[in-house]
This record gives sequence, structure tokens and C-alpha cells, in this order.
Amino acid sequence: MSDLDQQTPAQHRARYFELMGNAKARAGHVPPPPPALDVVTSREIVPGGWYTSMILARGQALRLIDPAGGNGVSMLLWNAHDTSERLNVGDTVKLQWTAAIGAGHVLFSDMGRVLASITAADAGVRCDLIAGGGRDTADKFRLVAGKHGMSVRDVPPCIGVFADVRTDGDGRLVWGEAAPPGSAIDFRAEMNLLVAISNCPHPLAPDTATGPIEAVVWPAPSPAADDSCRTAGEEAVRGFENTAVYLAQREALR
Amino acid sequence: MNEVIAARAGWSRVLSAGETLRITDTHGQQAVDALFYAWPGTHERYSAQDTLAAQRSAYIGLGTVLLSNFGRALMTVTADGTGWHDTSAGACSCEANTVRFGHQTRYMHACRENFLLELAKYGMDKRDLVSNVNFFMNVPIRPDGELAIVDGLSAPGGFVELRAEIDVLVALSNCPQVNNPCNGFDPTPIRVELL
Repeated sequence: MSDLDQQTPAQHRARYFELMGNAKARAGHVPPPPPALDVVTSREIVPGGWYTSMILARGQALRLIDPAGGNGVSMLLWNAHDTSERLNVGDTVKLQWTAAIGAGHVLFSDMGRVLASITAADAGVRCDLIAGGGRDTADKFRLVAGKHGMSVRDVPPCIGVFADVRTDGDGRLVWGEAAPPGSAIDFRAEMNLLVAISNCPHPLAPDTATGPIEAVVWPAPSPAADDSCRTAGEEAVRGFENTAVYLAQREALR
Repeated sequence: MNEVIAARAGWSRVLSAGETLRITDTHGQQAVDALFYAWPGTHERYSAQDTLAAQRSAYIGLGTVLLSNFGRALMTVTADGTGWHDTSAGACSCEANTVRFGHQTRYMHACRENFLLELAKYGMDKRDLVSNVNFFMNVPIRPDGELAIVDGLSAPGGFVELRAEIDVLVALSNCPQVNNPCNGFDPTPIRVELL
């Protein structure tokens, strides 16, 4: 047991509810909408019912654009150099004290590190990490995994983008509103990533129609000292501290 | 089979189709993290997201069918004295603890340590870790999205029963976490029985 285990239950309780109060006090900050892009690295249209994957270098950003305002897009992220490190949806919601993940939040790996920051999103764009991608998306992610030397074991629970899933007062899961047509969301890679995108409808979406979505890769500006994702709260700060240690170790290997 | 799982310990067993596992929170307010795998093809495993999407409800309770990542029924909750159980907040880990509670918590025992050692007995590893069920853990998800672990609802002796619908590998971690309320800040033993 560490020294911390020697603290009393009352001390642990006080510490926990202090952290929870801090998180509540700072909730509600919303970054500005996605900026106009002067430089674009790549642009891909993914038809409905299809999927794609890409390498995102640290510092590049992925913009997903939903031209029609549809039924959701699912995404998975892996550390490009060690795909056993991957998106962890439980940690992502728990560490940020909310299931309503959107602009200003980050996506955590299973190793306590930040894979990507959601630097901006248009109003109404929400992500679902509770009810997931559904059967068609599971197959798309297996295809991506297979094409990168991975297997079904490398396909964890995913993030649904443009998926407004909420709970009602009784814990039922309900679909909110689709984001307006043309809405966009930006993910900035905080380490080198392999990203899979499945353009299949969310399992709770009102219908199964799926239009094309656009995936744009662009060079994100270096985060400023007051970057909203890096300073979103003490949890985000510690997540980036863990990420920095890992990136420094990788750099030393070069 | 009738065993006590010590506070903070891991446990695993392969259940045959039709067997029922009872997990008893003998002291109350003790989270039990659980993972389920089709046996012997463990690439088929519990899918929290598929389970919740199918029932259109955010918690595990009486009648919930625990679905696999291929959409098959692994287990069914056939009795439940608590009311609801979390499956969205995941298992604690040393690494996530540093983010959530501070770097000073890096060297405290955690559920993912238990899971890795239990799964290692079957040749499995971190790639087999997915979102788990947290029996007796109270994590309300509010309509505004707020999600936090709060005081557990299970009284001493509260139990849950699960029937295996196919042969299933069950891995449990009797949660060692003391930094949040999931164990009443005081981890205690639990009991597992085959009915």
C-alpha cells in the first residue's frame, strides 16, 4: 500500500468532492467555431455506408464536415506507434466529468494520455461515447483494423460524432437533434495517430439514411499557452503532462 | 462454487451455458468490475455500447442482456437487488488515476492491474480490455451530460445474478479504488456463487 492508502475515508471523500466541485465550477466554456482554412493537407469525401482511415501526425487536425446534417459518423483513434494504446471511452467521460463530449474536451487513451483535442465545433455538434457505433460500424472498424495488421481485438468502443445522444430523467437514451447541415468539428492530434472513420448511421439515429461526409486534414497552429483544451481543467493539464513525458521518451529514441 | 473474493483482488472463471453466477456485495457499497468473453473464442467479448443501444437505457439492471461485439447474448441479469449498475465509466487504472486524482496516486492498486493479471492466465492482454460492467457502482448520467461516481446504493448483502447464455469467461476485479465513492472509500470482500 502506498502512503495515500493510509488516508482516512473522510480525507479521500473530501478530496473527491473538491475535485467534482472544481469540475462543475468550470463547466460551460465553449471555444469559438471552426476557423476558415487557408491551407489544406488532404480532403476526402466518404460516401454513406463507407469508411476510411488515415495517419494524423501530431499537430495535424482532422475536420469532419457533415454536409446534410445526418445520422452520425463513428471514429476510433490509436497511437500510430503502439496500437495497443487507443481511445478509451470510459476514461474520456469519467476524467472530464461529463458524457456530453464536444468542443473544449479531449479524447483520452487507456494510458492516461491525450490522443486528440476537440479544438472547435459548430453549435449543436455533439459526440456520443455511451451508445456507440452499431453493427455496421463494427464491421467497418474490423476492416480498418485488418488493413493495418490489427484484429477484432484492436477494436474498442468508439466515439459517435454528430450524435446527440442524451439521457432523460429516467436513464433512457434518447436522440436529440441532428446538427445543422454543413456543421463541422475539429480534432487536433496530440500524438501521431491512426484514425478510422465509419460513415454509418448511429444505432439510435432516427433513420438509416446516410449522406457523404467530408474529412479534411489541415495543419493546426501550435497550441497557445492559453489553449482552451490544454487548460480546460486540472485533469486535462495532468493528461497533457503525461502525454509530454511520453513524447519526450519517443523523441529520445530518434 | 461459493468463494469469497478478498478486498482489492481479481478473480476469473469459465461458466458453462445455463449456469448462473451470483455476486454478493457482502458489506455494501462495493463496486465489482466485470468483463465477459465468449469462450473459447474470446475475440468475441462484452460490448457496453451495443448493450446500451439495444435496450435504449443507460444502466444495467434486471432483464438486461449483456451483448457481445458480434451482437450475441453473453449473459442475462436474472436477479438484481440494487436497481442499476454502471457500464459507461470504465475500470480504474494507475494511469487514469494520475489524471483524475493527481500524479501522487500513480502507485495505488487499480482494477486494470487485476484484469491484466487475470486475463494473462488465458493468454490475453491489454487489447482484450474493453468497457466493463461496474456492478454496485452508481454513476448517474444527467440529462445535461454530467457524469460522476456518487455514493453506492447497494446495502450489505445486496446481490446480482447473471445467467450464462453461452460458455463465457468471466473476469472480476473487486475494486480497490479509494479515491472516489465507488467503494465507500473502504474496499471490502465480496462473495461469488454458482447457482
